[in-house]
Amino acid sequence: MREIKVSLIEEKVEQMLLDACENIPENVLCRLRRAKEEEESSLGQEVIQRIIDNDLLAREKHLPICQDTGVVVCFVEVGYDVHFDGDLYEAINRGVEKAYVGGYLRKSVVRHPLDRVNTKNNTPAIVHVKLVPGDKVKIEVAPKGGGSENMSLVKMLIPADGVEGVKKLVLDTVFNGGGKPCPPVIVGIGLGGNLEKSALLAKESLMREIDDVNPDPILANLEKELYEEINKLGVGPMGFGGSVTCLAVKINAYPCHIASLPVAINIQCHAARHKSCIL
Amino acid sequence: MDEIKRLTLPLSQEVIDSLRAGDKVELTGVIYTGRDAAHKRLVELLKNNQPLPIDVNGGGIYYVGPTPAKPGRAIGSCGPTSSYRMDPFVEPLLKQGLKVMIGKGPRSKELRELLKQYHAVYLSAIGGAAAAISESVTKCDLICYEDLGAEAIYRLEVKGFFGIVTYDTVGNDLFDEGIKKYKKI
Ligand code: SF4
Repeated sequence: MREIKVSLIEEKVEQMLLDACENIPENVLCRLRRAKEEEESSLGQEVIQRIIDNDLLAREKHLPICQDTGVVVCFVEVGYDVHFDGDLYEAINRGVEKAYVGGYLRKSVVRHPLDRVNTKNNTPAIVHVKLVPGDKVKIEVAPKGGGSENMSLVKMLIPADGVEGVKKLVLDTVFNGGGKPCPPVIVGIGLGGNLEKSALLAKESLMREIDDVNPDPILANLEKELYEEINKLGVGPMGFGGSVTCLAVKINAYPCHIASLPVAINIQCHAARHKSCIL
Repeated sequence: MDEIKRLTLPLSQEVIDSLRAGDKVELTGVIYTGRDAAHKRLVELLKNNQPLPIDVNGGGIYYVGPTPAKPGRAIGSCGPTSSYRMDPFVEPLLKQGLKVMIGKGPRSKELRELLKQYHAVYLSAIGGAAAAISESVTKCDLICYEDLGAEAIYRLEVKGFFGIVTYDTVGNDLFDEGIKKYKKI
């Protein structure tokens, strides 16, 4: 049994969030640079250049990349042989509070969806814990903005809809979102499972590195096809028209019921912020 | 990059009417911030025949909820939020003389009609370019609704604030035109 202090979790969560909000991942920046080359519209190129300039400025001057520093999504993988000396969830939320209150980040959480009173410390985070073999803990944090999250959805398709139904749903969703989710976007898709599992798969797919390749050849192929088709939709950077609407498509899948074909689409804007660490 | 129109706020009706979808502008002068919760309160005031805490006549509202300013900076990161969420609140403000709205993303068909009717314009700022945009804000003062945190109303003094005219006063729509041009399926 390995003992891990929750104060360490708190500290790591705080550090990673401060880092994530100000420093765009290098591979996202590279992808944006390539996107600028690929973009056919001159206004679209200018928009991407302004996004790149912004991300560099944020890094240089230690400013948040985007004012929407999001709701914190936190994935934790806990080894079976780990014991915490306190409450994991509370530790994560203390880390969130420290980062957002002390780190000049925006507080974007309301305590109740209907009375809408701001919690003023950006807690609670949305925490997903998974048990895995071993004695390590992996923590991933992603400050997720509301603009792109609002353009996301889950739909219960039926087997007869097949891959064509999935593609149509994805294309319609991205097209209907237009400029709202700050394209160019990353499209995260959860296929299979059930209602809630598909949504979780979609979110997990967005935790993958932007330039990775799906190990499942069927999904890798579908990612590629969807990527090409989405970029024919014409939405373009910030929706002003253009040939780069998405930077990547990520699909995670899971077995499902013989009667169902759940599909969740989670849109991630160009400010694709996430950080992870292993303890 | 094509030419940028440098404009000083408040804009005259003549200047507003001369703007066309696709024009790039740099604004200098005063704009007010406002998002969902603040809009709801403003519209409630008008419903009860009470005066607004800000003078929108001839002025502009920027849909933004900034991060807190770091020491030594006028404002925190301050990129636009999605404008469509403010659509239900816009007409009463247009009636008070609001002329310029700044945000991001497409808006309703009804909103585009209102812009024609009231001769007002909608500009886009670059979504997510929030650190860069903060460089063009020279002063930021809290006006009201402090309890709303980032959603409070602030008075911003801006210098060279970059925007793209998206809907103009004659019904042009930069989104529609752009997407039509590049749509291949
Ligand atoms: S969608 Fe993303 S880039 Fe756009 S405002 Fe929201 S968090 Fe920022």
